[in-house]
Amino acid sequence: MKAIARNPSLALGGLIVAILALAAITGPMSVRADPLAIDLARSLAGPSRAHPLGCDALGRDVLARIVWGARLSLGLSTGVVLLSMAVGTAVGATAALAGGRVDNLVMRAVDVVLAFPGILLAIALAAILGPGLIDLAIALCAMGWTGYARLVRGEVLTLREREYVHAADALGARPARLIFRHLLPGLAGPVAVQATFGVGGIIGAEAALSFLGLGALPPTPSWGNMLDAGRAFLLVAPHLTTAPGIAIGASILGFNLLGDGLAQRFGRQ
Amino acid sequence: MTRYVLRRLAALVPVALGVATLTFAIVHLVPGDPVVAMLGETAAPADIAGMRHRLGLDLPLWEQYGVFIRGLAEGDLGESISYRKPVASLIAERFPATLELAAAGLLVGIAIAFPLGIVAGAKPGGAADLGAMGFAIVGISVPHIYLGPLLMIVFSLHLRLLPLTGRGGLSHLVLPAITLGTALAAIIARMLRQSLIQVRQSDYMRTARSKGLTETQALVRHGLRNALTPVITLLGLQAGALLTGALITEVIFSWPGVGRLLIGAIGARDYPLVEGCVLAFALTYVVVNMATDLAYAMVDPRVRLQ
Repeated sequence: MKAIARNPSLALGGLIVAILALAAITGPMSVRADPLAIDLARSLAGPSRAHPLGCDALGRDVLARIVWGARLSLGLSTGVVLLSMAVGTAVGATAALAGGRVDNLVMRAVDVVLAFPGILLAIALAAILGPGLIDLAIALCAMGWTGYARLVRGEVLTLREREYVHAADALGARPARLIFRHLLPGLAGPVAVQATFGVGGIIGAEAALSFLGLGALPPTPSWGNMLDAGRAFLLVAPHLTTAPGIAIGASILGFNLLGDGLAQRFGRQ
Repeated sequence: MTRYVLRRLAALVPVALGVATLTFAIVHLVPGDPVVAMLGETAAPADIAGMRHRLGLDLPLWEQYGVFIRGLAEGDLGESISYRKPVASLIAERFPATLELAAAGLLVGIAIAFPLGIVAGAKPGGAADLGAMGFAIVGISVPHIYLGPLLMIVFSLHLRLLPLTGRGGLSHLVLPAITLGTALAAIIARMLRQSLIQVRQSDYMRTARSKGLTETQALVRHGLRNALTPVITLLGLQAGALLTGALITEVIFSWPGVGRLLIGAIGARDYPLVEGCVLAFALTYVVVNMATDLAYAMVDPRVRLQ
């Protein structure tokens, strides 16, 4: 209880993320309805005992689609963040350790990618690659790696001047040992914080791209394309926008709180 | 200051060139044939060749790049395939609408953030602080694509207070501006609170208090101005989120700006128009960022000397 009172963000965020993960993993077993089964007799039906979140225009069970959407959203964003993190860390650490011209060139490239505001680069790439999940993941990674590259470069530049690293270097440790034994563990905290916020960010970006028709294509249930489809029925069936909207908002909230909590835990704001 | 402005302007050129090059590379180097995508798999080879010639895609890549950069320098972005009009004039027609929306979103963001951030930062840990920061974390998390429809359901469809979609008078602007400005408000409020907490512990605030000013007087006369510098930096960083937020908000509210033009162009596979719109957004962001740097230098003279 004391730990929760000291860091309520960590506790609440962790709880939301745990529920989300549980829904994504066990959803298909606990929600029996088929997310793709069309039943026009139930078109736009409101919430009922058989269908707790109602049905969409084609009579498909909204709860089942939300749960399958959680799988897609959480799976895709975790994958994208892990890949962006790996690429960004490798690039950032290389730039910091190589220094000079390599560093300069890499950071200019990062600047150019960062000159594309928000999710614009992902929109442009997804537009040319065409819709689909793999293309969507590529587009999101192309946008996401720069943040990690910048963070890791900065951290490595400071860490490398620390006494314990100098000591290991003076004792004759090889570069690989220096990197894996002394530098990478020091990066874990800040990178974990950024990656936690990153998952929330990618959940939002994926939803936005699917909403714009550049991500998961119907009939694949994704929160973004469910929201888009629901917009035609704002008055008669508001549950079609509310359910995916709250799912997206609550997931992002969970990862934001968890990120805040982790930042507090690692002593940074 | 003049030298600083000139230096910042000179730094703009390589970034703008980099942005143009990456945009070109995305459209021209990414696998997939835009002409086949435009005309369909079953199009006659002669039609495909004709279209390719019309768009200049039959030239060697480096020549296409040269034509693209030269056109850009002259403000010529080619011709839209779906509208059969110059891309530059299509963008120029819709750009004011996007700017209007972004400015309104920024205004809403600041108008909500300032009272919240100041109240929260004045008494950290108090009830007002908890409430304001609770609002802020929810505000950051709620996506535009849900906030927009939610506001439409409540204020347009049920209360019938405001128009549902489109651009017109001030009443058309209210819901899109709130949709766009809420996340920004939450982010600024958090930063302003943090910044005020730090400023309140500074030496000059202690001096101001010890010469007899009340806490409020000290904050208004000495604290606020200093607390604002990180907020200005943050506004520059958030300009990107504001621009793409505007893009999505335009789609939600059928707002006739560059964002909706871009999404329409993607749907129509109108690649010259896609290229132009992407470039318009990115270059606007680059210019806005420079403007924030200049504003920052005006508020904080130390920046100019670096």
